[in-house]
Amino acid sequence: MEPSRRDALVYLATLVGATVVGPRIAAAPIGPVQAAAFTPAEIALLAEIGDTIIPDTDIPGAKAVGIGEFLAMMITDCYEPGDQQRIRQGLTEITTRYRDEYGGDFVGGPSASRTELLNDLDREQKAHHEDLSPGDPPHYFRVLKELTILGYFSSEVGATQAVRYMEVPGRYDGNAPYQRGDRAWFN
Amino acid sequence: MSAQTYDAIVVGSGISGGWAAKELTEHGLRVLLLERGRNVEHIKDYPTALQPPWEVPHRGRVPTALREKHPVLRRDYVLNEVNYGWWAHEDQHPYVEKKPFDWFRGYHVGGRSLTWGRQSYRWSDIDFEANAREGVAIDWPIRYADIAPWYDHVERFAGISGSREGLEQLPDGEFLPPMPLNVAEQHVADGVRKAFNDSRRMIIGRVANLSQAHGGRSACQYRSKCSAGCPFGAYFSSQSATLPAARATGNLTLRPNSIVTRVVYDRDRKRATGVEIIDAETRLTEEFNARIVFLCASAFNSTWILMNSATDVWPDGLGSSSGELGHNVMDHHFRVGAQGRIDGFADRIVYGRRPTGFYIPRFRNVGSDKREYTRGFGYQGSASRQGWAREVAELGIGAPLKEELREPGPWTIGMTGFGEILPHHDNRISLDRSVTDAWGLPVLAMDCEIRENEQRMRQDMMNDAAEMLEAAGCRDVEATNTGYNFGRGIHEMGTARMGRDARTSVLNGHNQVWDAPNVFVTDGACMASAACVNPSLTYMALTARAAAYAVDEMKRQNL
Repeated sequence: MEPSRRDALVYLATLVGATVVGPRIAAAPIGPVQAAAFTPAEIALLAEIGDTIIPDTDIPGAKAVGIGEFLAMMITDCYEPGDQQRIRQGLTEITTRYRDEYGGDFVGGPSASRTELLNDLDREQKAHHEDLSPGDPPHYFRVLKELTILGYFSSEVGATQAVRYMEVPGRYDGNAPYQRGDRAWFN
Repeated sequence: MSAQTYDAIVVGSGISGGWAAKELTEHGLRVLLLERGRNVEHIKDYPTALQPPWEVPHRGRVPTALREKHPVLRRDYVLNEVNYGWWAHEDQHPYVEKKPFDWFRGYHVGGRSLTWGRQSYRWSDIDFEANAREGVAIDWPIRYADIAPWYDHVERFAGISGSREGLEQLPDGEFLPPMPLNVAEQHVADGVRKAFNDSRRMIIGRVANLSQAHGGRSACQYRSKCSAGCPFGAYFSSQSATLPAARATGNLTLRPNSIVTRVVYDRDRKRATGVEIIDAETRLTEEFNARIVFLCASAFNSTWILMNSATDVWPDGLGSSSGELGHNVMDHHFRVGAQGRIDGFADRIVYGRRPTGFYIPRFRNVGSDKREYTRGFGYQGSASRQGWAREVAELGIGAPLKEELREPGPWTIGMTGFGEILPHHDNRISLDRSVTDAWGLPVLAMDCEIRENEQRMRQDMMNDAAEMLEAAGCRDVEATNTGYNFGRGIHEMGTARMGRDARTSVLNGHNQVWDAPNVFVTDGACMASAACVNPSLTYMALTARAAAYAVDEMKRQNL
């Protein structure tokens, strides 16, 4: 480790120990939770959807980062009632289609059938978005997929295990070697 | 009420005010620095500077409730959960939009020096002479030779990293070593240089981030979280640089929560005697006296103070005798350019987060180039490998997608032009006394629009960007134009322009108000034209120059 980075880390440790007290989250107020609060059953469904999109492999999947709660929070806090309604209907559609096509519950169903259904939905959302007019609402499954990817890769597990995160890079190399299979850097 | 007396009062603690405080205190003056907002202490008050991404509550998305609360801030990136406290809230600080105007302000100690983009470029004589050459507005009272030593002075202290290029339109400065272009940017830079015979050049952005330790401040650690405040002090801000220097003299008194309501004007002596404030917390009025006053409250707020001053002599305020106070509003128009993909370099990656991108200096209407519009534009952009948020068309969901997103995607590049806006008399701000802020003070009404010259320029800004990317071999090149509201560049300029004649300008060649020579305005308000480069470095230089002049004039007993 070059000296500048070592010095920086020592300095950073001093800062964390000495001057940053109390909650480190900014003072940005999260507004009152709007409309659609999700039931535990719905959160379990969201978690299963998230974990089907980003499953457990050699490293943890989306369930391990609390993706159900994350999706519920994001849908509640960041989407308008109309979008929330469409996502809700989407959850019902997933449940119904799974039961019709595979029998039983999506939650706890075999990973192969869950994956097959969500791959179908992913093809549908991609087709839907190919001829979307500006201002049209996004397909609910696109929202769920994007939020799952966001929630997973920006989580501690995602940033530090799925990809690589360095709080204090200490230097810049705009031409570093890369081999297929190396993880990306979280930027 | 007995007023407290100082040698100098500086209004505003952002980039310009911080410099005024530093220079005046170092010249031995006892300075009162007034800031309308709350105090922000270096490092201690950067609550999110060390926050990892997973602790940002909505991970970069903006909650609906926050969007509803901020109909102005939500128009751009300024509404976010990382530095939420550093953008003035429109409910407390309203303004009137006669035409759409984005006004993004920083009302706290340090002002927008904490959140600025840090791009730092010198003007050239092409810029200072443009008004006179074209018969636009009025001539600048200064030329490059007048300001060049002051650019040297402020660059040496602030620490600007950049490359020396020998370009007439973008003079070199006293730079720290440049940060490098990345491998893909260098590839495109080589392609552009070749395709356009070196008449267009892609260089590393000149930036107020330290590429090596400088003046007791640490080198940049390549975190690129500048706008949360830098615990290493590695970029120039009032907190990291000018305020500590001013404090070290023992001559500085900083008073936050002090909303200056007017310059107090002695009509017999034709001089200011000081300023009046409202304490933002107690709402009590106080008066402070000084021999000189520097208004550095940001372009529009310095003009707001002038409009509210000496109204018994001039109904439209101090400096209004020219008929130009509040007029000739400028900004930089942008968000128009191009993006594309860069093939190859699959075996290369970037390590570290560089706090600047590339810059393409102006090439239109330079040298023998002649367009059907006047002035020009530069580009700012960057190239990078796509991250995990990219769309992977050929993959659905599940483990294959997860594995793919763990690796970097293809290289992409994007850039936006920053174009010059001409000073137009009808682009103006005025006081609207029917609307008041949380302290009962009248607010500004904005009446500005971009016109034919800027609209024509935007065509070139889009086409030239796409043309350069294509010439450099980029693929899937797409011209972009996401629209521009006046003010969105956060480079407000004009409204109290410098000039050679009291009948057509508010300030003289040393930033003195013609009608009150012991009042100096050295922030963006003073600008007589806008150039196409980011303006803050020029405010620094003009401020330091005016401060030295003010001290000389005080010694000569002229002030």
